[in-house]
Amino acid sequence: MSIPFIMFFVFALVAVGAAIMLILAREPIHSALSLVLVMVALAALYLMLGAEFISAVQVIVYAGAVMVLFVFVIMLLNAGVEERTNFSHMAKYAGLPLAIFLLFGLAHWMAHSAIGATVANGAGAPSQAAVSTRELSTMLFQKYLFPFEATSILILIAILGALVLAKKGTE
Amino acid sequence: MNVVPISYYLVLSAILFGLGVVAFVFKRNIITIFMSIELMLNAVNLAFVAFARAHNQLDGLIFVFFVIVIAAAEAAVGLAIVITIAHNRRSLNVENVDLLKF
Amino acid sequence: MEFVAQHPILVVSLVKIVVLLFVLMTALAYLSWFERKVIAHIQSRWGPYYVGAHGLLQPLADGVKFLFKEDLTLPAADKVLYILSPFLALSLAMTTLALIPFGPATVYIFGQPTQLVVANVDVGLLFLFAITSIGVYGVALAGWSSNSKYSLLGGLRSSAQMISYEVSLTLSVVGVLLLAGSFNFNEIIEHQQGYFQYLPFIPRWNVFPQIVGFMCYFISAIAETNRAPFDLPEGETELVGGFHTEYSSFKFAMFFMAEYGNMITVSCLATILFFGGWLSPLPDSWTWQQYLPGVGLLLSALYLAYDTVRNMRGIGRIQLAVVTLLAGGIGLLCLLPGVAPVVLGPFWFLGKVFFIIFFYVWTRSTLPRMRYDQLMSFGWKLLLPVSLLNLVATALWIVVRHP
Repeated sequence: MSIPFIMFFVFALVAVGAAIMLILAREPIHSALSLVLVMVALAALYLMLGAEFISAVQVIVYAGAVMVLFVFVIMLLNAGVEERTNFSHMAKYAGLPLAIFLLFGLAHWMAHSAIGATVANGAGAPSQAAVSTRELSTMLFQKYLFPFEATSILILIAILGALVLAKKGTE
Repeated sequence: MNVVPISYYLVLSAILFGLGVVAFVFKRNIITIFMSIELMLNAVNLAFVAFARAHNQLDGLIFVFFVIVIAAAEAAVGLAIVITIAHNRRSLNVENVDLLKF
Repeated sequence: MEFVAQHPILVVSLVKIVVLLFVLMTALAYLSWFERKVIAHIQSRWGPYYVGAHGLLQPLADGVKFLFKEDLTLPAADKVLYILSPFLALSLAMTTLALIPFGPATVYIFGQPTQLVVANVDVGLLFLFAITSIGVYGVALAGWSSNSKYSLLGGLRSSAQMISYEVSLTLSVVGVLLLAGSFNFNEIIEHQQGYFQYLPFIPRWNVFPQIVGFMCYFISAIAETNRAPFDLPEGETELVGGFHTEYSSFKFAMFFMAEYGNMITVSCLATILFFGGWLSPLPDSWTWQQYLPGVGLLLSALYLAYDTVRNMRGIGRIQLAVVTLLAGGIGLLCLLPGVAPVVLGPFWFLGKVFFIIFFYVWTRSTLPRMRYDQLMSFGWKLLLPVSLLNLVATALWIVVRHP
């Protein structure tokens, strides 16, 4: 059991544990915080895969801004305890087995697929084969320039949409 | 030194995606359902990064970048809609929002 | 010793972490003393004066007070989050200091050569911003878990302020990144070596080409760490007490320490990015400057000795004599030929950080508080466009100069 394996299992257990806590939590704020924990664990896994910039962007943007937005909304709406009403019969009898089938089916298929047998390229620590930000930005601004500009317009549209909806709510 | 095979990351991504689907189907608070969508997107991001490492190409990382950005935009607009619905219906239970026209 | 031989990196890192934690906790405590003294002298009074010699034992007394206060536990609060938030805030504030390089020299710990930094990460700057982004949760959860109207509003306001100014904080730093071409702190500092071509007495620090960026950074940093004049969410006369209204004793002390820790982090970052980090303003050819730390400490020991003999009486005299001996001892240690070049880097670094923290405290005691809507409109409508313009101008300049 070498160090990379131990690190992977620790972070994977944290991620899966936090995801299960998201399902089982009674208050939405606990779900939000477990989702933040999932994101931070995933950022650590990205580091192990050599994607330093993406890991930092995940923490700064996803865990540090998007989830703060979720937490704000939960606090503002005072989202109380999840109601424990009865599940519909369909959900209980067909939903749970289907969900378990989806989970294990996907996992089994991933584990035995051809790409799954590939070992991470470049033996040794991820830092030896880490992606430099310079390469990433070169590709972003040369090959993917059009999606980049389109995404910036999309963000502008999202801001305008959120503003319009917020204004409508206060009328 | 042994390196973790890519299939481990893919299995983890599949498990997280499945858990996201379970949360999406079984929870009834709108905001929690929204968060399960974010969980699914995160699982997909992990798969993208794992594949980028497997093929030693950067395109996967660029995809992750765009997914994160679009998830942020979607969260902003979605939460604005959620706030509007909460003000109108006075409840965050998704079973109460079942009419197309109020 | 076998353990040391088998796991050299682990042992060396542990030693560095322990030393850094020790120094950091002392610095946090005495930063509160320093702040009170400076504010007092600006307001024409003495600060803490009676507790130890010149009030030097005041942080100890404050610590004891915080430990012995009654630890309230709210009946209706969310217990897990209530206890978690001060821990989160404090641990995040302390974690960022692991990334900061204190000097260029190579030190030998247990025979292993190592740099004066706990973690030399390639994307160090980005990681530092990531850790400060998570710090917003400490404040927001503190406000929510106290289950009180004042705390909730104060927490929401404070975290909204923090995430607003985080954007301009990050953008104002990108100009420096464009000039240096790397996220690594050591490379950013190496880029600032030397002197300007036509003004050979001005060092090539980033503050001179990036003065607008520095001002945007500093103002955003003051707002990000919730310090005056942007401390409306936590001032005592506003909203009762903000997000730490319902906290008492040690948990309140942890928020307190977290705020000072954030202040130190932001000052260290300003030093590295804009003021040349551990580079000295004097030319490197003046090798006598390696004796500056030792000589400075000895001179201050002399002044303290004079003060002990002339002004102090009783137990204050004994305490100040101890401080004099400590200062003199460390001064003599820094004059040793083996130690002097190693100490020079941290000396300049800590000197610059001290200057920036002094500026922080000076701003707190001089400027009045800004109202919340003024604060938010200032951040979004003025600082963000100015940072963006700075970024665009820097990028244009680089493209025109180095095509």
